[in-house]
Amino acid sequence: MKVSKKELVVHYLALVFLAICFLLPFLWLVFASFDQQATQAIKLPEKWTLDNFTAILSDPSNIRSFAIGLFISLGQATIVVIVAGLAAYPLSRYRLRYKRSFLLTILFMTSLPITAVMVPVYQLFLFLNIQDSIIFTTIFLAASGLPYAIWMMKNFMDAVPIELEESAWVDGASVLTSMRKVVGPLMLPGIFTIAIFTFTGSWGNFFVPYILLQTQEKLPASVTLYQFFGNYGIIEYGKLAAFSMLYTMPSIILYIFAQKYMSKGFSLGGASKG
Amino acid sequence: MLFLSPSWILLLLFFITPMLLTFGFAFTNLSLTGTDAANIQFIGFQNFANMFQDPEFRVSVFRTIVFLLFSAVIGQVVLGLIIALLMKEKRRGFRRFIGVIVIAGWVTPEIVVAFCWVAFLSDAGTFNSILQGIGFEPITWLFTFPMVSVIIANIWHGTAFSMMVFQAALDDVPKSVQEAAVIDGASRWQVFFRVTLPIVKGSIVTNMMLVTLQTLGVFTLIYTMTGGGPGNATQILPIFMYNQAFVNYQFGYGTAISLVLLVIGTIASLLYMRFMKVKL
Repeated sequence: MKVSKKELVVHYLALVFLAICFLLPFLWLVFASFDQQATQAIKLPEKWTLDNFTAILSDPSNIRSFAIGLFISLGQATIVVIVAGLAAYPLSRYRLRYKRSFLLTILFMTSLPITAVMVPVYQLFLFLNIQDSIIFTTIFLAASGLPYAIWMMKNFMDAVPIELEESAWVDGASVLTSMRKVVGPLMLPGIFTIAIFTFTGSWGNFFVPYILLQTQEKLPASVTLYQFFGNYGIIEYGKLAAFSMLYTMPSIILYIFAQKYMSKGFSLGGASKG
Repeated sequence: MLFLSPSWILLLLFFITPMLLTFGFAFTNLSLTGTDAANIQFIGFQNFANMFQDPEFRVSVFRTIVFLLFSAVIGQVVLGLIIALLMKEKRRGFRRFIGVIVIAGWVTPEIVVAFCWVAFLSDAGTFNSILQGIGFEPITWLFTFPMVSVIIANIWHGTAFSMMVFQAALDDVPKSVQEAAVIDGASRWQVFFRVTLPIVKGSIVTNMMLVTLQTLGVFTLIYTMTGGGPGNATQILPIFMYNQAFVNYQFGYGTAISLVLLVIGTIASLLYMRFMKVKL
Protein backbone atom coordinates (compact mmCIF):
# COMPACT_ATOMS: atom_id res chain seq x y z
CA MET A 1 0.00 0.00 0.00
CA LYS A 2 1.20 3.46 -0.80
CA VAL A 3 1.95 5.75 2.07
CA SER A 4 2.54 9.42 1.34
CA LYS A 5 5.98 10.89 2.00
CA LYS A 6 4.68 13.21 4.67
CA GLU A 7 3.08 10.35 6.53
CA LEU A 8 6.20 8.26 6.27
CA VAL A 9 8.14 11.02 8.00
CA VAL A 10 5.54 11.02 10.80
CA HIS A 11 5.94 7.25 11.15
CA TYR A 12 9.69 7.51 11.45
CA LEU A 13 9.50 10.39 13.92
CA ALA A 14 6.96 8.52 16.08
CA LEU A 15 9.15 5.42 16.12
CA VAL A 16 12.27 7.38 16.97
CA PHE A 17 10.41 9.14 19.79
CA LEU A 18 9.17 5.82 21.18
CA ALA A 19 12.64 4.36 20.88
CA ILE A 20 14.08 7.25 22.91
CA CYS A 21 11.41 6.71 25.59
CA PHE A 22 12.34 3.04 25.76
CA LEU A 23 16.05 3.70 25.68
CA LEU A 24 16.47 6.39 28.37
CA PRO A 25 15.76 4.32 31.52
CA PHE A 26 18.04 1.55 30.28
CA LEU A 27 20.79 3.90 29.16
CA TRP A 28 20.99 5.27 32.70
CA LEU A 29 21.87 1.79 33.88
CA VAL A 30 24.65 1.42 31.32
CA PHE A 31 26.21 4.84 31.94
CA ALA A 32 25.89 4.67 35.74
CA SER A 33 27.61 1.31 35.90
CA PHE A 34 30.77 2.81 34.37
CA ASP A 35 30.63 5.96 36.49
CA GLN A 36 31.98 6.24 40.02
CA GLN A 37 30.06 9.47 40.59
CA ALA A 38 26.78 8.15 39.22
CA THR A 39 23.60 9.96 40.25
CA GLN A 40 19.93 9.27 39.69
CA ALA A 41 19.88 11.26 36.47
CA ILE A 42 21.36 10.00 33.24
CA LYS A 43 24.74 11.48 32.40
CA LEU A 44 27.83 10.44 30.52
CA PRO A 45 30.57 9.43 32.95
CA GLU A 46 33.31 12.04 33.19
CA LYS A 47 35.75 9.22 33.54
CA TRP A 48 34.80 5.74 32.26
CA THR A 49 35.87 3.20 34.82
CA LEU A 50 35.40 -0.46 35.68
CA ASP A 51 35.74 0.23 39.42
CA ASN A 52 32.06 -0.44 40.09
CA PHE A 53 32.29 -3.84 38.47
CA THR A 54 35.49 -4.79 40.27
CA ALA A 55 33.94 -3.70 43.57
CA ILE A 56 30.96 -6.01 43.01
CA LEU A 57 33.03 -8.89 41.72
CA SER A 58 35.66 -8.68 44.46
CA ASP A 59 33.04 -9.43 47.10
CA PRO A 60 33.02 -13.24 47.44
CA SER A 61 29.43 -13.26 48.69
CA ASN A 62 28.30 -11.70 45.40
CA ILE A 63 30.20 -14.32 43.42
CA ARG A 64 28.56 -16.98 45.56
CA SER A 65 25.10 -15.61 44.88
CA PHE A 66 25.80 -15.64 41.14
CA ALA A 67 27.00 -19.24 41.41
CA ILE A 68 23.87 -20.25 43.32
CA GLY A 69 21.67 -18.47 40.79
CA LEU A 70 23.49 -20.30 38.02
CA PHE A 71 23.09 -23.63 39.81
CA ILE A 72 19.36 -23.12 40.32
CA SER A 73 18.71 -21.94 36.77
CA LEU A 74 20.86 -24.59 35.09
CA GLY A 75 19.40 -27.25 37.36
CA GLN A 76 15.87 -26.15 36.59
CA ALA A 77 16.50 -26.01 32.85
CA THR A 78 18.08 -29.49 32.85
CA ILE A 79 15.26 -31.10 34.84
CA VAL A 80 12.62 -29.36 32.74
CA VAL A 81 14.13 -30.44 29.42
CA ILE A 82 14.57 -34.08 30.44
CA VAL A 83 11.22 -34.52 32.19
CA ALA A 84 9.27 -32.59 29.56
CA GLY A 85 11.05 -34.49 26.79
CA LEU A 86 10.05 -37.82 28.33
CA ALA A 87 6.46 -36.67 28.80
CA ALA A 88 6.17 -35.17 25.34
CA TYR A 89 7.16 -38.41 23.63
CA PRO A 90 4.06 -40.51 24.41
CA LEU A 91 1.89 -37.40 24.08
CA SER A 92 3.20 -36.85 20.59
CA ARG A 93 3.53 -40.46 19.40
CA TYR A 94 0.90 -42.67 21.01
CA ARG A 95 -2.85 -42.76 21.23
CA LEU A 96 -3.54 -42.52 24.94
CA ARG A 97 -6.87 -42.69 26.68
CA TYR A 98 -6.47 -39.58 28.78
CA LYS A 99 -4.29 -37.67 26.37
CA ARG A 100 -6.80 -34.96 25.64
CA SER A 101 -7.64 -34.20 29.25
CA PHE A 102 -3.97 -34.38 30.23
CA LEU A 103 -3.03 -31.89 27.54
CA LEU A 104 -5.87 -29.58 28.45
CA THR A 105 -4.82 -29.68 32.09
CA ILE A 106 -1.26 -28.89 31.07
CA LEU A 107 -2.36 -25.99 28.92
CA PHE A 108 -4.54 -24.72 31.73
CA MET A 109 -1.67 -24.87 34.23
CA THR A 110 0.56 -23.01 31.79
CA SER A 111 -1.39 -19.86 32.23
CA LEU A 112 -1.92 -19.77 36.00
CA PRO A 113 0.21 -17.16 37.74
CA ILE A 114 2.71 -18.93 39.98
CA THR A 115 2.60 -15.97 42.36
CA ALA A 116 -0.86 -17.06 43.46
CA VAL A 117 0.22 -20.42 44.91
CA MET A 118 3.29 -19.27 46.80
CA VAL A 119 1.58 -18.99 50.19
CA PRO A 120 0.41 -22.63 50.22
CA VAL A 121 3.71 -23.72 48.66
CA TYR A 122 5.55 -22.15 51.58
CA GLN A 123 3.21 -24.04 53.94
CA LEU A 124 3.87 -27.26 52.06
CA PHE A 125 7.63 -26.71 52.31
CA LEU A 126 7.31 -26.09 56.05
CA PHE A 127 5.22 -29.21 56.47
CA LEU A 128 7.64 -31.41 54.50
CA ASN A 129 10.52 -29.70 56.29
CA ILE A 130 12.25 -28.83 53.02
CA GLN A 131 12.21 -25.05 53.26
CA ASP A 132 15.50 -23.17 52.95
CA SER A 133 16.83 -25.83 50.57
CA ILE A 134 18.42 -24.83 47.26
CA ILE A 135 17.74 -28.29 45.80
CA PHE A 136 14.03 -28.29 46.57
CA THR A 137 13.65 -24.69 45.44
CA THR A 138 15.14 -25.81 42.13
CA ILE A 139 12.79 -28.79 41.92
CA PHE A 140 9.79 -26.61 42.70
CA LEU A 141 10.82 -24.12 40.01
CA ALA A 142 11.23 -27.02 37.59
CA ALA A 143 7.72 -28.24 38.35
CA SER A 144 6.31 -24.76 37.85
CA GLY A 145 8.04 -24.52 34.47
CA LEU A 146 6.96 -27.97 33.32
CA PRO A 147 3.50 -27.31 31.88
CA TYR A 148 4.76 -24.76 29.38
CA ALA A 149 7.76 -26.90 28.49
CA ILE A 150 5.67 -30.04 27.92
CA TRP A 151 3.32 -28.07 25.69
CA MET A 152 6.14 -26.63 23.60
CA MET A 153 8.08 -29.88 23.52
CA LYS A 154 5.06 -31.81 22.23
CA ASN A 155 4.58 -29.29 19.43
CA PHE A 156 8.25 -29.47 18.46
CA MET A 157 8.17 -33.27 18.57
CA ASP A 158 5.07 -33.44 16.37
CA ALA A 159 7.19 -31.86 13.65
CA VAL A 160 9.63 -34.80 13.62
CA PRO A 161 8.33 -37.46 11.17
CA ILE A 162 7.73 -40.83 12.80
CA GLU A 163 9.09 -42.65 9.71
CA LEU A 164 12.62 -41.68 10.71
CA GLU A 165 12.15 -43.39 14.04
CA GLU A 166 10.56 -46.43 12.47
CA SER A 167 13.58 -47.01 10.30
CA ALA A 168 15.77 -46.75 13.40
CA TRP A 169 13.63 -49.35 15.12
CA VAL A 170 13.94 -51.64 12.11
CA ASP A 171 17.69 -51.29 12.45
CA GLY A 172 17.34 -52.53 16.01
CA ALA A 173 17.21 -49.34 18.08
CA SER A 174 15.12 -49.23 21.26
CA VAL A 175 12.63 -46.43 21.92
CA LEU A 176 15.06 -44.68 24.26
CA THR A 177 17.89 -44.98 21.73
CA SER A 178 15.79 -43.62 18.91
CA MET A 179 14.72 -40.74 21.16
CA ARG A 180 18.33 -39.96 21.98
CA LYS A 181 19.85 -40.52 18.55
CA VAL A 182 17.05 -39.58 16.12
CA VAL A 183 14.39 -37.39 17.70
CA GLY A 184 16.71 -35.52 20.04
CA PRO A 185 19.16 -34.18 17.44
CA LEU A 186 16.33 -33.19 15.10
CA MET A 187 14.62 -31.31 17.89
CA LEU A 188 17.77 -29.54 19.05
CA PRO A 189 16.52 -26.04 18.16
CA GLY A 190 13.33 -26.71 20.09
CA ILE A 191 15.19 -28.10 23.06
CA PHE A 192 17.47 -25.08 23.10
CA THR A 193 14.51 -22.73 22.95
CA ILE A 194 12.88 -24.42 25.93
CA ALA A 195 16.13 -24.58 27.88
CA ILE A 196 16.94 -20.91 27.28
CA PHE A 197 13.40 -19.84 28.02
CA THR A 198 13.41 -21.79 31.29
CA PHE A 199 16.86 -20.55 32.25
CA THR A 200 16.10 -16.86 31.76
CA GLY A 201 12.74 -17.17 33.51
CA SER A 202 14.43 -18.81 36.46
CA TRP A 203 17.40 -16.43 36.51
CA GLY A 204 15.06 -13.45 36.66
CA ASN A 205 12.79 -14.99 39.29
CA PHE A 206 12.95 -13.13 42.57
CA PHE A 207 9.74 -14.09 44.33
CA VAL A 208 10.20 -17.87 44.59
CA PRO A 209 13.71 -17.90 46.12
CA TYR A 210 12.76 -14.89 48.25
CA ILE A 211 9.95 -16.95 49.82
CA LEU A 212 11.55 -20.40 49.93
CA LEU A 213 15.13 -19.58 50.99
CA GLN A 214 16.09 -17.83 54.21
CA THR A 215 19.76 -18.42 55.00
CA GLN A 216 21.87 -15.55 53.71
CA GLU A 217 24.50 -17.96 52.33
CA LYS A 218 21.91 -19.72 50.13
CA LEU A 219 20.40 -16.74 48.35
CA PRO A 220 20.77 -16.43 44.57
CA ALA A 221 21.74 -13.21 42.78
CA SER A 222 18.18 -11.98 42.31
CA VAL A 223 17.62 -11.81 46.07
CA THR A 224 21.06 -10.47 47.01
CA LEU A 225 20.64 -7.78 44.37
CA TYR A 226 17.37 -6.79 46.02
CA GLN A 227 19.11 -6.67 49.39
CA PHE A 228 21.92 -4.59 47.93
CA PHE A 229 19.32 -2.12 46.69
CA GLY A 230 17.74 -2.00 50.15
CA ASN A 231 21.07 -1.43 51.88
CA TYR A 232 23.07 0.75 49.51
CA GLY A 233 20.73 1.59 46.64
CA ILE A 234 20.12 5.13 47.75
CA ILE A 235 23.81 6.05 47.86
CA GLU A 236 25.82 3.70 45.68
CA TYR A 237 24.12 4.15 42.32
CA GLY A 238 27.19 3.16 40.32
CA LYS A 239 27.64 -0.12 42.15
CA LEU A 240 23.92 -0.91 42.03
CA ALA A 241 23.99 -0.34 38.27
CA ALA A 242 27.09 -2.50 37.86
CA PHE A 243 25.53 -5.30 39.91
CA SER A 244 22.35 -5.02 37.82
CA MET A 245 24.34 -5.07 34.57
CA LEU A 246 26.23 -8.21 35.62
CA TYR A 247 22.93 -9.79 36.61
CA THR A 248 21.21 -8.81 33.36
CA MET A 249 24.06 -10.03 31.12
CA PRO A 250 23.17 -13.75 31.04
CA SER A 251 19.58 -12.96 30.04
CA ILE A 252 20.71 -10.71 27.19
CA ILE A 253 23.39 -13.09 25.92
CA LEU A 254 20.99 -16.04 25.96
CA TYR A 255 18.32 -13.98 24.24
CA ILE A 256 20.70 -13.24 21.39
CA PHE A 257 21.45 -16.97 21.12
CA ALA A 258 17.79 -17.91 21.22
CA GLN A 259 16.61 -15.22 18.84
CA LYS A 260 16.75 -17.20 15.66
CA TYR A 261 14.80 -20.10 17.15
CA MET A 262 12.35 -18.05 19.13
CA SER A 263 10.88 -15.99 16.32
CA LYS A 264 8.94 -19.09 15.26
CA GLY A 265 7.22 -19.31 18.61
CA PHE A 266 5.63 -15.91 18.22
CA SER A 267 3.11 -16.80 15.60
CA LEU A 268 0.54 -17.82 18.17
CA GLY A 269 -1.87 -19.11 15.56
CA GLY A 270 0.50 -21.81 14.39
CA ALA A 271 1.56 -22.91 17.85
CA SER A 272 -1.96 -23.80 18.89
CA LYS A 273 -2.45 -26.43 16.24
CA GLY A 274 -1.37 -29.51 18.15
CA MET B 1 2.92 -44.53 31.06
CA LEU B 2 6.44 -44.76 32.35
CA PHE B 3 7.62 -41.70 30.43
CA LEU B 4 4.87 -39.56 31.85
CA SER B 5 5.45 -40.50 35.47
CA PRO B 6 8.25 -38.01 36.32
CA SER B 7 6.02 -35.19 35.07
CA TRP B 8 3.08 -36.54 37.01
CA ILE B 9 5.03 -36.78 40.24
CA LEU B 10 6.47 -33.27 39.96
CA LEU B 11 3.20 -31.67 38.91
CA LEU B 12 1.22 -33.55 41.54
CA LEU B 13 3.57 -32.66 44.37
CA PHE B 14 4.43 -29.06 43.54
CA PHE B 15 1.57 -27.81 41.41
CA ILE B 16 -1.63 -29.67 42.12
CA THR B 17 -1.06 -30.16 45.86
CA PRO B 18 -0.49 -26.43 46.49
CA MET B 19 -3.61 -25.64 44.50
CA LEU B 20 -5.64 -28.08 46.58
CA LEU B 21 -4.03 -26.71 49.74
CA THR B 22 -5.15 -23.26 48.67
CA PHE B 23 -8.72 -24.49 48.81
CA GLY B 24 -8.12 -26.17 52.15
CA PHE B 25 -6.19 -23.43 53.97
CA ALA B 26 -8.47 -20.68 52.77
CA PHE B 27 -11.09 -22.01 55.18
CA THR B 28 -8.80 -22.18 58.23
CA ASN B 29 -7.38 -19.68 60.72
CA LEU B 30 -3.83 -20.83 59.91
CA SER B 31 -1.19 -18.42 61.17
CA LEU B 32 2.49 -18.58 62.04
CA THR B 33 2.41 -16.81 65.37
CA GLY B 34 0.08 -16.25 68.28
CA THR B 35 -2.34 -18.67 69.89
CA ASP B 36 -3.84 -19.74 66.57
CA ALA B 37 -0.53 -21.15 65.37
CA ALA B 38 -0.80 -24.26 67.54
CA ASN B 39 -4.35 -25.25 66.72
CA ILE B 40 -5.50 -24.86 63.18
CA GLN B 41 -9.24 -24.72 62.98
CA PHE B 42 -11.74 -24.96 60.22
CA ILE B 43 -13.51 -21.64 60.24
CA GLY B 44 -15.69 -21.98 57.16
CA PHE B 45 -16.17 -18.86 55.13
CA GLN B 46 -14.91 -16.58 57.90
CA ASN B 47 -11.82 -15.50 55.89
CA PHE B 48 -13.98 -14.61 52.93
CA ALA B 49 -16.49 -12.78 55.11
CA ASN B 50 -13.61 -10.78 56.60
CA MET B 51 -12.16 -10.25 53.17
CA PHE B 52 -15.24 -8.76 51.62
CA GLN B 53 -15.69 -6.47 54.62
CA ASP B 54 -12.05 -5.44 54.56
CA PRO B 55 -11.85 -2.05 52.83
CA GLU B 56 -8.17 -2.75 52.13
CA PHE B 57 -9.16 -5.82 50.13
CA ARG B 58 -11.72 -3.94 48.07
CA VAL B 59 -9.25 -1.18 47.32
CA SER B 60 -6.72 -3.84 46.40
CA VAL B 61 -9.10 -5.53 43.95
CA PHE B 62 -9.84 -2.14 42.40
CA ARG B 63 -6.11 -1.37 42.05
CA THR B 64 -5.53 -4.78 40.48
CA ILE B 65 -8.21 -4.11 37.88
CA VAL B 66 -6.77 -0.66 37.15
CA PHE B 67 -3.30 -2.18 36.84
CA LEU B 68 -4.52 -4.94 34.52
CA LEU B 69 -6.55 -2.60 32.38
CA PHE B 70 -4.02 0.17 31.92
CA SER B 71 -0.74 -1.68 31.96
CA ALA B 72 -1.77 -4.91 30.20
CA VAL B 73 -4.78 -4.42 28.01
CA ILE B 74 -4.45 -0.76 27.05
CA GLY B 75 -0.74 -0.20 27.57
CA GLN B 76 1.11 -3.24 26.31
CA VAL B 77 -1.37 -4.54 23.77
CA VAL B 78 -2.24 -1.21 22.16
CA LEU B 79 1.30 0.15 22.24
CA GLY B 80 2.62 -3.16 20.93
CA LEU B 81 0.15 -3.07 18.06
CA ILE B 82 0.98 0.56 17.25
CA ILE B 83 4.71 -0.14 17.16
CA ALA B 84 4.19 -3.27 15.04
CA LEU B 85 2.01 -1.32 12.59
CA LEU B 86 4.43 1.60 12.37
CA MET B 87 7.31 -0.77 11.75
CA LYS B 88 5.60 -2.41 8.80
CA GLU B 89 7.35 -1.87 5.49
CA LYS B 90 10.18 0.16 6.99
CA ARG B 91 13.81 -0.38 6.20
CA ARG B 92 15.18 -3.60 7.64
CA GLY B 93 18.02 -1.99 9.54
CA PHE B 94 15.71 0.57 11.08
CA ARG B 95 13.23 -2.12 12.14
CA ARG B 96 15.96 -4.10 13.79
CA PHE B 97 17.32 -1.02 15.56
CA ILE B 98 13.94 -0.06 17.04
CA GLY B 99 13.14 -3.70 17.81
CA VAL B 100 16.34 -4.22 19.78
CA ILE B 101 15.68 -1.15 21.92
CA VAL B 102 12.12 -2.21 22.78
CA ILE B 103 13.16 -5.82 23.39
CA ALA B 104 15.94 -4.71 25.77
CA GLY B 105 13.23 -3.74 28.27
CA TRP B 106 11.61 -7.13 27.91
CA VAL B 107 14.79 -9.17 28.33
CA THR B 108 15.81 -7.21 31.43
CA PRO B 109 14.82 -9.04 34.64
CA GLU B 110 11.91 -7.48 36.53
CA ILE B 111 14.00 -6.39 39.48
CA VAL B 112 16.44 -4.47 37.27
CA VAL B 113 13.48 -2.92 35.45
CA ALA B 114 12.34 -1.66 38.84
CA PHE B 115 15.75 -0.09 39.55
CA CYS B 116 15.86 1.61 36.16
CA TRP B 117 12.46 3.17 36.75
CA VAL B 118 13.07 4.13 40.37
CA ALA B 119 16.10 6.06 39.16
CA PHE B 120 14.36 7.45 36.09
CA LEU B 121 11.40 8.80 38.09
CA SER B 122 13.24 9.81 41.26
CA ASP B 123 13.40 13.42 42.50
CA ALA B 124 16.71 14.12 40.83
CA GLY B 125 16.17 11.54 38.11
CA THR B 126 16.32 11.77 34.35
CA PHE B 127 12.65 12.50 33.83
CA ASN B 128 12.59 15.42 36.25
CA SER B 129 15.78 16.79 34.68
CA ILE B 130 14.03 16.77 31.30
CA LEU B 131 10.94 18.41 32.79
CA GLN B 132 13.06 21.13 34.37
CA GLY B 133 14.90 21.57 31.11
CA ILE B 134 11.66 22.53 29.39
CA GLY B 135 10.46 24.69 32.25
CA PHE B 136 8.29 22.48 34.46
CA GLU B 137 8.51 21.89 38.18
CA PRO B 138 9.96 18.52 39.21
CA ILE B 139 7.46 16.01 40.60
CA THR B 140 8.04 13.22 43.10
CA TRP B 141 6.50 10.67 40.74
CA LEU B 142 6.67 7.61 42.96
CA PHE B 143 4.87 9.47 45.76
CA THR B 144 2.49 11.69 43.83
CA PHE B 145 1.52 9.28 41.05
CA PRO B 146 2.56 5.83 42.31
CA MET B 147 0.03 3.85 40.27
CA VAL B 148 0.93 5.70 37.07
CA SER B 149 4.61 5.05 37.76
CA VAL B 150 4.29 1.29 38.20
CA ILE B 151 1.92 1.03 35.25
CA ILE B 152 4.37 2.79 32.95
CA ALA B 153 7.26 0.69 34.20
CA ASN B 154 5.30 -2.48 33.50
CA ILE B 155 4.35 -1.27 30.03
CA TRP B 156 8.03 -0.61 29.35
CA HIS B 157 8.88 -4.12 30.48
CA GLY B 158 6.12 -5.99 28.66
CA THR B 159 5.38 -4.22 25.38
CA ALA B 160 8.05 -6.06 23.39
CA PHE B 161 6.18 -9.37 23.75
CA SER B 162 2.99 -7.96 22.22
CA MET B 163 5.02 -6.17 19.57
CA MET B 164 6.70 -9.42 18.49
CA VAL B 165 3.41 -11.32 18.45
CA PHE B 166 1.78 -8.65 16.30
CA GLN B 167 4.76 -8.39 13.96
CA ALA B 168 4.56 -12.12 13.35
CA ALA B 169 0.80 -11.92 12.85
CA LEU B 170 0.99 -8.93 10.48
CA ASP B 171 3.70 -10.64 8.45
CA ASP B 172 1.35 -13.57 7.98
CA VAL B 173 -1.39 -11.41 6.44
CA PRO B 174 -1.24 -12.16 2.71
CA LYS B 175 -0.44 -9.03 0.69
CA SER B 176 -2.79 -10.11 -2.08
CA VAL B 177 -5.84 -9.77 0.17
CA GLN B 178 -4.97 -6.18 1.03
CA GLU B 179 -4.17 -5.36 -2.57
CA ALA B 180 -7.48 -6.81 -3.71
CA ALA B 181 -9.30 -4.58 -1.24
CA VAL B 182 -7.40 -1.53 -2.50
CA ILE B 183 -8.30 -2.37 -6.10
CA ASP B 184 -11.94 -2.61 -5.02
CA GLY B 185 -11.62 0.99 -3.84
CA ALA B 186 -11.13 0.58 -0.10
CA SER B 187 -9.38 3.40 1.73
CA ARG B 188 -6.36 2.61 3.92
CA TRP B 189 -8.48 2.82 7.09
CA GLN B 190 -11.02 0.49 5.58
CA VAL B 191 -8.33 -1.97 4.62
CA PHE B 192 -7.00 -1.86 8.16
CA PHE B 193 -10.31 -2.22 9.98
CA ARG B 194 -12.11 -4.50 7.54
CA VAL B 195 -9.29 -6.68 6.22
CA THR B 196 -6.12 -6.64 8.32
CA LEU B 197 -7.67 -6.43 11.78
CA PRO B 198 -10.11 -9.35 11.31
CA ILE B 199 -7.24 -11.54 10.07
CA VAL B 200 -5.03 -10.82 13.08
CA LYS B 201 -7.94 -10.79 15.55
CA GLY B 202 -7.04 -14.26 16.84
CA SER B 203 -3.51 -13.19 17.71
CA ILE B 204 -4.77 -10.05 19.41
CA VAL B 205 -7.19 -11.92 21.65
CA THR B 206 -4.71 -14.67 22.51
CA ASN B 207 -2.02 -12.14 23.23
CA MET B 208 -4.36 -10.07 25.37
CA MET B 209 -5.17 -13.10 27.51
CA LEU B 210 -1.52 -14.08 27.89
CA VAL B 211 -0.52 -10.55 28.84
CA THR B 212 -3.41 -10.27 31.32
CA LEU B 213 -2.44 -13.51 33.05
CA GLN B 214 1.19 -12.49 33.10
CA THR B 215 0.31 -9.10 34.61
CA LEU B 216 -1.94 -10.70 37.22
CA GLY B 217 1.16 -12.35 38.72
CA VAL B 218 3.34 -9.23 38.79
CA PHE B 219 4.91 -8.93 42.22
CA THR B 220 8.62 -8.16 41.99
CA LEU B 221 8.31 -4.97 39.95
CA ILE B 222 5.93 -3.25 42.34
CA TYR B 223 7.44 -4.73 45.48
CA THR B 224 10.82 -3.29 44.51
CA MET B 225 9.60 0.05 43.17
CA THR B 226 7.15 1.05 45.89
CA GLY B 227 6.75 -1.90 48.25
CA GLY B 228 3.01 -1.51 47.69
CA GLY B 229 3.13 2.05 49.01
CA PRO B 230 3.12 4.88 49.69
CA GLY B 231 0.58 3.78 52.28
CA ASN B 232 -1.11 1.08 50.27
CA ALA B 233 -1.43 3.09 47.08
CA THR B 234 0.05 0.37 44.85
CA GLN B 235 -1.02 -2.66 46.87
CA ILE B 236 -2.39 -4.91 44.13
CA LEU B 237 -3.60 -8.40 45.11
CA PRO B 238 -0.25 -10.27 44.97
CA ILE B 239 1.33 -7.65 47.25
CA PHE B 240 -1.71 -7.70 49.55
CA MET B 241 -1.47 -11.48 49.70
CA TYR B 242 2.23 -11.31 50.53
CA ASN B 243 1.67 -8.71 53.26
CA GLN B 244 -1.10 -10.68 54.93
CA ALA B 245 0.75 -14.00 54.79
CA PHE B 246 4.40 -13.10 55.30
CA VAL B 247 4.27 -9.76 57.12
CA ASN B 248 1.17 -10.21 59.31
CA TYR B 249 1.55 -14.02 59.40
CA GLN B 250 -2.15 -14.50 58.65
CA PHE B 251 -1.71 -17.52 56.41
CA GLY B 252 -5.35 -18.47 56.30
CA TYR B 253 -6.30 -15.00 55.17
CA GLY B 254 -3.36 -14.84 52.78
CA THR B 255 -4.44 -18.12 51.21
CA ALA B 256 -7.99 -16.86 50.82
CA ILE B 257 -6.55 -13.97 48.79
CA SER B 258 -4.51 -16.48 46.76
CA LEU B 259 -7.73 -18.26 45.99
CA VAL B 260 -9.25 -15.06 44.63
CA LEU B 261 -6.16 -14.64 42.42
CA LEU B 262 -6.43 -18.24 41.26
CA VAL B 263 -10.11 -17.81 40.44
CA ILE B 264 -9.41 -14.69 38.37
CA GLY B 265 -6.54 -16.53 36.66
CA THR B 266 -8.72 -19.58 36.01
CA ILE B 267 -11.47 -17.53 34.38
CA ALA B 268 -8.91 -15.77 32.21
CA SER B 269 -7.19 -18.99 31.16
CA LEU B 270 -10.46 -20.76 30.39
CA LEU B 271 -11.40 -17.82 28.18
CA TYR B 272 -7.96 -18.01 26.62
CA MET B 273 -8.33 -21.71 25.87
CA ARG B 274 -11.72 -21.09 24.31
CA PHE B 275 -10.35 -18.36 22.09
CA MET B 276 -7.43 -20.49 21.06
CA LYS B 277 -9.91 -23.18 20.00
CA VAL B 278 -7.43 -25.84 20.98
CA LYS B 279 -7.33 -28.82 18.70
CA LEU B 280 -5.53 -31.78 20.20
